[in-house]
Amino acid sequence: MNIHEYQAKSIFHDSGIIVVKGIHCLTVEDALNAYEELESKVVAVKSQIHAGGRGKGNLYNPESGELVMEGGVKIAFSKEEVREYSTAIIGNRLVTKQTGKEGKIVNNLYIETGCKIEHEYYLALLVDRENKSVLVMASTEGGMDIEEVAENNPEAIHKIWADPLNGLSREDSMSLAAALGLSDKSQEELASMLDSLYAMFTERDCSMIEINPLVKSESGEMIALDGKVGFDDSADFRHPWRNELRDFSEEEDVEIRAHEYGLSYVKLEGNIGCLVNGAGLAMASMDVIKLYGGEPANFLDIGGGATRESITAAFEIILEDKNVEGILVNIFGGIIQCDMVARSVIQASAEIGLAVPLVVRFSGTNHVKGKEVLDQSNLNVHTTNTLAEGAEKIVSLTRGDA
Amino acid sequence: MSIWINEESKILIQGITGNQGTFHGTMMVEYRTNVVGGVTPGKGGQKIKLSEKEVPVFNTMSEAIENTNADVSVIYVPARFAAAAIIEAANSFQQNGGGLIVCITEGIPILDMVNAVANIEKCPDVRLIGPNCPGIITPGDQGGCKVGIMPGFIHAKGKIGIVSKSGTLTYEAVAQTMSVDEGQSTCVGIGGDPVNGTGFIDCLDAFEKDPQTEAIVMIGEIGGSAEEEAAEWAAKNMSKPIVGFVAGSTAPPGKRMGHAGAIISGGKGTAEEKFAAFEKAGIYVARDPSEIGNVLLKALKEHNLR
Repeated sequence: MNIHEYQAKSIFHDSGIIVVKGIHCLTVEDALNAYEELESKVVAVKSQIHAGGRGKGNLYNPESGELVMEGGVKIAFSKEEVREYSTAIIGNRLVTKQTGKEGKIVNNLYIETGCKIEHEYYLALLVDRENKSVLVMASTEGGMDIEEVAENNPEAIHKIWADPLNGLSREDSMSLAAALGLSDKSQEELASMLDSLYAMFTERDCSMIEINPLVKSESGEMIALDGKVGFDDSADFRHPWRNELRDFSEEEDVEIRAHEYGLSYVKLEGNIGCLVNGAGLAMASMDVIKLYGGEPANFLDIGGGATRESITAAFEIILEDKNVEGILVNIFGGIIQCDMVARSVIQASAEIGLAVPLVVRFSGTNHVKGKEVLDQSNLNVHTTNTLAEGAEKIVSLTRGDA
Repeated sequence: MSIWINEESKILIQGITGNQGTFHGTMMVEYRTNVVGGVTPGKGGQKIKLSEKEVPVFNTMSEAIENTNADVSVIYVPARFAAAAIIEAANSFQQNGGGLIVCITEGIPILDMVNAVANIEKCPDVRLIGPNCPGIITPGDQGGCKVGIMPGFIHAKGKIGIVSKSGTLTYEAVAQTMSVDEGQSTCVGIGGDPVNGTGFIDCLDAFEKDPQTEAIVMIGEIGGSAEEEAAEWAAKNMSKPIVGFVAGSTAPPGKRMGHAGAIISGGKGTAEEKFAAFEKAGIYVARDPSEIGNVLLKALKEHNLR
């Protein structure tokens, strides 16, 4: 789960990390009031969406598609400019490098006091899966896309790792600060900030904290000028406060519904729907469809606890995608029994209608029985024994070869 | 021989009185796995029937190990308690001569696993497999040792070692070996979480040293760089042939594909990179999982093993 910048900054503030004062707004009027309240001549007017690259993104009118404004983050020097920028932002579609072509409608705005910047840095905390510990990554190239820096100027990136049992060492934090070329006072400030960030990361079960840019102000203060925070969904059970931060408009509705049924679904661009048990096998099924010249329409893992209800829901979700011209069901029965899946397929067909070609591959627990159940039904379904045969069949059926 | 478990292994089930523990415990016993007891805090002193076998329930792992001499534990406890169960098992085994912990549970918070793995590292005689995995199985002549949730009947005793990040895709690999009349020495599911215990290299190393194993099938998936590291290591250290497949060639970047660890981030962790690393290391590559059997047979023949 991800949150907005204004929410991240509120958590930063509560965690003892320095941020500049800002106000969350939903309307142009809110924005104008916020400008008055902040009593700062210069403010930043910032679009709030979950994707990065907002500053370099463009805003479009969602109906006409015409360009409204270049840049989703603006510096305003007057109330008039606040009005102009917030009008251009709210309700319009922001397209950035990370949103894809469709972009995202901006419903939230953040008005923030201006800040005199001496230097910009990059700072991030994340779990390093290779070292199995929390990694702190910093760079002098603030404001830049870290992946580009890693590509073009890797020596500008400095890393330290926390000890899982003892946390970050002061020595490592100070050496990281020194590597960034910070002066004595700012070194101490950064080290303290890292302690606060590490505490926030572990106490709140974050998956990522990214501050880009982290700035050194003219007075030497280290300030989080941006904030991107992601949480580990597996730890939701111990953080009920997260519910209030969740912005459902930022999540794919269909992925949320799939999740409620214990399904794991990701929409893709192709025309062959997939319904599979197991994440690895689901990926492999997509790959094999592609190998046989087709294009998968989705990733879908029905999970180990699938039921007739969840399988019917899975078919519904697959068929909502109007590109789908055929479905491949691939089940390797372990805990899941193929005959249960077969009966679920028949039930789903009766309830929602399956107008597209269907190929079913069963293997493992009760596969013979599963095949029998399907063969005895009057459903128009092709059964195969291997994944390759199944993929080949559904590709040829959707092409109209057979 | 086999790796890490065999028909003599004595198995404990953590979470034995829960639905999952009892159900899979029963399946394990039906496969003739030597289940010697289980642990559920607060339910010590009871007996529980798994198929035709009755086994004791203990309150703690220490008590269970001292009373049964178990050397393997399998964890079916819910995600929020699983890391604590791993740490308890690790400390108890370390004090009692060592052991293997197999954690099946899916959805353990990643920082819990960071902490659990750091604790395991302080226990040199303890190995962790998983979490979020199907477990480990060594097929015997009749039944065998099944520590996990895989369907036992698809396996047969043989000479192929299998290591995989995925569950059902491991079963697919097993079926592929069977399609060319090959059985398995041991099959290990290392799990699809970003932070886990045993990795590919540990498994390859053990298979290389295991006289029963003649060739290895290694199944990876997108995300991280464990496959690349394993390939590089294998090129230097493995004499036995390896067949490799990586799931997720068609996965879009930035999207988590079911498993917590299966994500291409920052353009890294793609299937293409992993296949390329396999090829560079001399690993026999199957681009289509339905070809694993044929590629395996080719590898065995080229090494004069068939």
